[in-house]
Amino acid sequence: MYLQIIEQIRHKVAVGDWPPGAEIPSIRQLAADLSVSVITVKRAYLELEREGVILTQQGRGSIVSHTPSLSTVVWEQQLGRSLDEAARLGSMLGLAPDEIRTRLETAINQLKET
Amino acid sequence: MDPLAIALRGVCKRYPHFSLDKVDLTLAQGSIMGFLGANGAGKSTTIRILLGLVHQDSGSVEVLGHAMPSQQALAKAEIGFVSEDLRLYGSATLQWHMDLVASVYPRWDASYAATLLKRFDLQAERKIKGLSHGQRVKAALLLALARRPRLLVLDEPTTGLDPVARHEVLAELMSVMVEEERSVLFSSHNTRDVEQIADAITFIDRGRIVEAGDKEEYLERWRRIRLDLPAGRSLDQLPGMVSLAGEGRSRILTISDFSDHTALAVQAAGASIHAVERMSLEEIFVQTVIGRREEVKQ
Repeated sequence: MYLQIIEQIRHKVAVGDWPPGAEIPSIRQLAADLSVSVITVKRAYLELEREGVILTQQGRGSIVSHTPSLSTVVWEQQLGRSLDEAARLGSMLGLAPDEIRTRLETAINQLKET
Repeated sequence: MDPLAIALRGVCKRYPHFSLDKVDLTLAQGSIMGFLGANGAGKSTTIRILLGLVHQDSGSVEVLGHAMPSQQALAKAEIGFVSEDLRLYGSATLQWHMDLVASVYPRWDASYAATLLKRFDLQAERKIKGLSHGQRVKAALLLALARRPRLLVLDEPTTGLDPVARHEVLAELMSVMVEEERSVLFSSHNTRDVEQIADAITFIDRGRIVEAGDKEEYLERWRRIRLDLPAGRSLDQLPGMVSLAGEGRSRILTISDFSDHTALAVQAAGASIHAVERMSLEEIFVQTVIGRREEVKQ
């Protein structure tokens, strides 16, 4: 469940709903807003802090990190994970490396057409 | 360390056909504990003891810093309790109940009660006997919440609720938790609710505590691994292995102590991993209870 929260927050930051430097809800407030446990949100915030997406200041709550290249970093990580997943699923289906590459090219070409 | 809202140590209670055996249970202030057990596992008996309704044969019980049962009058002023059997008067209205509770508890918050009426879509002038089960549960919860208790004890609060009422109840519990000094103990056999809102979990089975801990850490430790195990290879030496299901090469390994080393150990034993899956609290709960029952048998 904390992975979903991380994903939601990354998205909010990437699309600019939560701009750099903006204050974000306290852990308890977000837990109440989402109806999920405090510890789950705490875990998500710790992870996001480690990634540099948010900053937590003792006793003053959390803000979105000032790093300007932040959204790039976030999407980079997302891309890395998706590629790992594609490689894993491909090999699970018994596809040869070349076939997996071809599938990726097909996907790129489809994106160009739209 | 946060102060403890509840501390049970070595609590025993013997009945002719059931006994609680050396129950240890702690709840940190500011958190929600999901107290999980099958029917008849000892959840309600434990709750009655910590409320001072039943006295333990031995062991110590402290609730909000008050020793139970000797200081129960002090503790009860600060505990809100909602049970499955509710104990509301059918022929009286919800307003009558609100007035009664307000007259007993000076901390009754009338404006919060009015907010809850709206939020739960309840009408104060309705008689209890005309309400649906879901409305009764919400009415009982309103009566407990508007007292602003420091500790809420809920015995199966979401059992038998429809999805909308269940959502309303869980959302309200979480909004209570915005204030750091409040704590909730919530018993259930519905692992989904516990997985959603609990910070800590305690499993009870046949009168004994089987597991207790931080929910996230707990979910993090358990994994189901789908793997390919060639003939003649064995995974016996794997730490934390709970079960290895299936026959032939394709196997399902369940592990309660997953870490980065697990994958290496599995590969070193000659197996290859297809997928590593997280498990739901329900799956973990069932595995834990069955595992413990088998241990006891042997």
